Amino acid sequence: MEYLIGIQMKHDYDKMFKLSEKILLLCVGEAGDTVQFAEYIQKNVQLYKMRNGYELSPAAAANFTRKNLADYLRSRTPYHVNLLLAGYDEADGPGLYYMDYLSALAKAPFAAHGYGAFLTLSILDRYYRPDLTREEAVDLLKKCLEELNKRFILNLPSFTVRLIDKDGIHDMEKLPIGPK
Amino acid sequence: HDSCSFILKVGIRGKDIVVLGVEKKSVAKLQEERTVRKICALDEHVCMAFAGLTADARIVINRARVECQSHRLTVEDPVTVEYITRYIATLKQRYTQSNGRRPFGISALIVGFDYDGTPRLYQTDPSGTYHAWKANAIGRSAKTVREFLEKNYTDEAIASDNDAIKLAIKALLEVVQSGGKNIELAVIRRNQPLKSKEIETLVAEIEKEKEEEAEKKKQKKSS
Repeated sequence: MEYLIGIQMKHDYDKMFKLSEKILLLCVGEAGDTVQFAEYIQKNVQLYKMRNGYELSPAAAANFTRKNLADYLRSRTPYHVNLLLAGYDEADGPGLYYMDYLSALAKAPFAAHGYGAFLTLSILDRYYRPDLTREEAVDLLKKCLEELNKRFILNLPSFTVRLIDKDGIHDMEKLPIGPK
Repeated sequence: HDSCSFILKVGIRGKDIVVLGVEKKSVAKLQEERTVRKICALDEHVCMAFAGLTADARIVINRARVECQSHRLTVEDPVTVEYITRYIATLKQRYTQSNGRRPFGISALIVGFDYDGTPRLYQTDPSGTYHAWKANAIGRSAKTVREFLEKNYTDEAIASDNDAIKLAIKALLEVVQSGGKNIELAVIRRNQPLKSKEIETLVAEIEKEKEEEAEKKKQKKSS
């Protein structure tokens, strides 16, 4: 007996939260926890800006987020969320931070969460170089999405892509990876 | 010994702009000037200037800043100027009626734009009352400046953004020793964050206008 499985997820759900002009937080996990936690961090980062007159650096924001997550972890109400924090610092340049629901924080050249990570991390391992240009980086991202389209059980019709550089956050065209 | 009650502050509500002008008190030679902040942003669209005890103001400003973000978090909207003024006033009132606490020794001028675009100016005092104003002054010689504003605040006087700014400077110059060096100005325009204003050129313009007025009067008298 043969049958086809087609599983469709919501494809217009934006999981990225703008913490500041040059920092984005991608938050996935338990429904509700994601938005609650991410918005709480977002408002606290803004409060820091109001109090001090300048914005938190990406490294500081990542560590602040980690501390918050860790504090809640051993409370009665832990947040089950996995995060990717991306930002551009004037002094240190671009930075990517990987954080999981156990509040483990790691600065990484590339990262992924979820089942898709099983497929994409090996692509990134193979083709990532520290000196990638912007176009090469976008191409690498496209390679990952092609792999997902080939081997991943879920149908992911479109991806929201954002880019952070010294001029801030830029929306790139939605990458539709249709079936070939 | 706190010197903030002796600083003159002027707030003006224009059509598309709100202006806060503050007298810059000369600091001691060895003191770093930029650590004396008198105009404080509470959120991107609201700011306040205070007269009174700086230490008390720090506490109130901090509570207001947290409340601005808390409001955004729960209601997903920025505060209206009236809301945050009411919050600050309620906070001040609580300290006039509780045991063992003394009132906050500050008066505040709170300016900003609501998200529907209306400009607002409010004043609070230590008792916890607040009122909306079209233009107001607090601090040193506030009475004199308020009288000047009562005479000169007309719809034509604030017709454009620049006119509103000039009116604020003129009001300050009534009392402050002349010169742009002694005035600090902050403006908020609709949908734009707080900006410190360059006033050297405007002050020069005002001085020139004054001279021209004086010249005209002299010529009239002589003829």
